[in-house]
Amino acid sequence: MSTGPLQLRGRVLKLDRVGDYQHLTLVAPGVAERTRPGAFVALAVGGDHSATLLRRAFSIYRAKASGVYGGTVEIVFAVHGPGTAWLADRRPHDEIDVIGPLGRPFALPKEPVPCVLVGGGYGSAPLFGLADRLRERGCSVHMVLGAASESRLFGTVQAKRSAQSVVVTTEDGSVGTPGRATDVLPDLLARTNAAVVYACGPMGMLSAIAALAEQHGVWSQCAVEEQMACGVGVCMTCVLPVRGDDGVVRMVRSCVEGPVFRGDRVLWADAGTIPAGTLGAPRVGGHA
Amino acid sequence: MTVTSQPAAVVDSSSDVGAASGPVVDLAIELAGVRLPTPVMTASGCAAAGRELAPFLDVAAIGAVVTKSVRLDPRSGRATPRMVETPSGMLNSIGLQGPGIDAFLATDLPWLVSHGARAVVSIAGGSLGEYAELGRRVGSSPGVAAVEVNISCPNVENRGLVFACDPFQAARAVSAARRGIPRDVPVLAKLSPDVTDLVSIADSVMEAGATGLTLINTTLGLAIDHDTMRPVLAGTTGGLSGPAIRPLAVRCVWQVHQAMPDVPIVGVGGVRTGRDAFEFLLAGATAVQVGTVVFHDPSAPHRVANELQVALAARGLRSPAEAVGLAHQPRPRPEGTDD
Ligand SMILES: Cc1cc2nc3c(=O)[nH]c(=O)nc-3n(C[C@H](O)[C@H](O)[C@H](O)COP(=O)(O)OP(=O)(O)OC[C@H]3O[C@@H](n4cnc5c(N)ncnc54)[C@H](O)[C@@H]3O)c2cc1C
Ligand SMILES: Cc1cc2nc3c(=O)[nH]c(=O)nc-3n(C[C@H](O)[C@H](O)[C@H](O)COP(=O)(O)O)c2cc1C
Ligand code: FES
Repeated sequence: MSTGPLQLRGRVLKLDRVGDYQHLTLVAPGVAERTRPGAFVALAVGGDHSATLLRRAFSIYRAKASGVYGGTVEIVFAVHGPGTAWLADRRPHDEIDVIGPLGRPFALPKEPVPCVLVGGGYGSAPLFGLADRLRERGCSVHMVLGAASESRLFGTVQAKRSAQSVVVTTEDGSVGTPGRATDVLPDLLARTNAAVVYACGPMGMLSAIAALAEQHGVWSQCAVEEQMACGVGVCMTCVLPVRGDDGVVRMVRSCVEGPVFRGDRVLWADAGTIPAGTLGAPRVGGHA
Repeated sequence: MTVTSQPAAVVDSSSDVGAASGPVVDLAIELAGVRLPTPVMTASGCAAAGRELAPFLDVAAIGAVVTKSVRLDPRSGRATPRMVETPSGMLNSIGLQGPGIDAFLATDLPWLVSHGARAVVSIAGGSLGEYAELGRRVGSSPGVAAVEVNISCPNVENRGLVFACDPFQAARAVSAARRGIPRDVPVLAKLSPDVTDLVSIADSVMEAGATGLTLINTTLGLAIDHDTMRPVLAGTTGGLSGPAIRPLAVRCVWQVHQAMPDVPIVGVGGVRTGRDAFEFLLAGATAVQVGTVVFHDPSAPHRVANELQVALAARGLRSPAEAVGLAHQPRPRPEGTDD
C-alpha cells in the first residue's frame, strides 16, 4: 500500500443531503489506496482567493480506489460556519483542494474478537469502513449510533448491513432508545463480551466511553475532534494532553499522532488545559 | 533552479500569463553570504522542522527551511484554544511549544541536513543567558545555514517586557546570541512590528552584530467569542498573521530598507503568491518567508517561487536581486512630459 498524504485538486462528483448532513463525493485519485479507517482529509475552502485560509478536517466516510471516474473519497458533514457552508454550496465538477489521507487510523485487533463501534452524530462516518475491515478479520461487529435527534443520525440503514447488531439512541427519543449512546453501552459491552470499543464523536462522549471501557476492562480507540489549522502537523494548534508509553504526559498533535488515540492514554478531563506535570509545563508562576 | 512546469495551484497570476517569452530567470540568491536556490523559505513556527512538509514539496529545492523557534528546555506551550481564524488570517497563541534544544539538535537538525535542506535555526530565549546558551549550542552544530533570533519573547529579568520592543534589550539579546555563533554563519534578527520606531530597533540590532533582519513577526490581536462573550484564545491575545498583515509587513520592509539600504532583509507577512513575494522584493527584501499560507497550501514555498519566476520574467528581470528595492527609485515620468 502506498503511504503518505497527497495534495490534489479534487472534483465534486456528488453532493447529497442526508438528514441534517451533506454527503460529498470527490474524485480524488490515489487517496483511497492509502486510506485506512479513521483517517481524515483536510480541505481548502473558499476557492483561490479565499479569505478563510485554514484547512477543514473531515473523517473519510468511504474511499474507492477505482471506478468510472477514477478514485473517489467521500465525507459526511454538518454545516457549522463559513467553511462548511461553502462546501455545501459546491456543484458537480467544482474543484476542491484536498489533502489526504491524514492521521493515525484505528488500530485493528490481531485476534477475531467481538468489537463495539460507537458513533455520535456524523461520528459514525468512519465506522463503516472500520466495520468492513473488522469483519474481514473475523471479528463480530456491534454498532451504537447516537444523536440528539433522528435527523442527526447518519447511516442507520447501512449499519444493519455492517454490523451483527445495531442500537440507535436519540436524546429526544424521536427514534430508537431514548437517551445517549453511553447509556446503552455497559449492557452491550457485557452482552457481547467485547474486547475493543471504537468511538468517534464529541469529546464528552469519547471521555465517557473511555471511562466505561476502563471499568469493563475493554480496550478503547477514540477518534478525537480538536480544532485544526493545517491538519498536517506544522502549526501546533490541535494538541491535547496524552500519556505516552513512558508514562510522561505530553501535549501531542491530534492531526499526526491522532486523531485516533487509545482512550486510556488521553487525559480527557484536562483537555483544554496544560495539566501539572506535563512535559515542559510552566513552573509555578507561569511561562516566561 | 529552473522550473518548467506550472504548479496546480497558480493563484492570482493572471497578468503574468504569456511571460514564458521573457528572459530566463535564475532564482538563486545570496542572502548575507549564503547561497539559496530560491528566495522563498518557510517561516518559523509554520513548518515545524520541515519533515511534515516533505510529502508536499522538496525541502532541498526551496530557499531554506526556517525551523520553529526552539527554547533551551522542552515547552508544553499554552492551553487550547490556541488559534482563531480571522479575515484573511489568523490569531495564534501557541506559546513556543517545542522539544528543547537537545532534542532539536539530536533529531530535527540532522534530518534537515541529511535531506539537503538549508536549515535556518530559529532560537528564542526568556533571558540573556538563555540566548547566549542557545547561540553557543546552535553555533557549534554543523550544518546550520543561518540562525534567526526571535526576540518577540518576554524577558523574565525585565518585568516580562518583550525584548523586541526596546532597542537596548533587543540589542542585548542579539549580541548575547551572536557571541557563540561563528562569524561565517549569518544571524538574522527577527523584529516585531509592534513598536513605535522600527528603524531605531533595526539599527541597534545591526550594531549588536546581526547580519540581516527578518521582518516581521506577528502583530498582537484579540478576538472575542460571541456566545461565551469572552476572549476566544486561552492565552487571551494572539499574534495576527496571514495576508491580512501583508501591507503592514511591506511597510516595515520599505521603512527599514529606506533607512539602511545595505542591510539584507527577509520579508515575511502574508505572502501567498509569487506576486506577493515580488512586492516584498520591490520594497527592499532580498528573500521572503511563507508562514500562514503554508497551512492553506503546504506546497506554497515551492509554488510561490515558481510564480515569482514568472512575475520576474514578465517584467524583463533576470534575477530576484534585480528587483530588490526597485520601488524606492523615483517614479518614471509620465510619457510626453518635459521640463
Ligand atoms: C479529525 C477531524 C474529523 C472531523 N470530521 C468531521 C466530519 O466527518 N463531519 C463534520 O461535519 N465535521 C467534522 N469535523 C469538524 C469539522 O472540521 C468542522 O466542523 C469544520 O472545520 C468547521 O469549519 P467551518 O468553517 O464551518 O467553521 P468555523 O468555526 O468558521 O471554522 C473556523 C476554524 O476552526 C476550525 N474548526 C472549527 N470547528 C472545528 C471542529 N469541530 N473540529 C476541528 N476544527 C474546527 C476550522 O477548521 C477552521 O480552521 C472533523 C474535525 C476533525 C479535527
Ligand atoms: C502558528 C504560528 C506559529 C508561529 N511561531 C513562530 C515562532 O515560533 N517563531 C517566530 O519567530 N515566529 C513565529 N510565527 C510568526 C511567523 O514566522 C511569521 O513571522 C508571521 O506569521 C507572519 O508571516 P505570515 O503572515 O506569512 O504567517 C508563528 C506564526 C504562526 C501563524
Ligand atoms: S492541525 Fe496543525 S499541527 Fe495539527
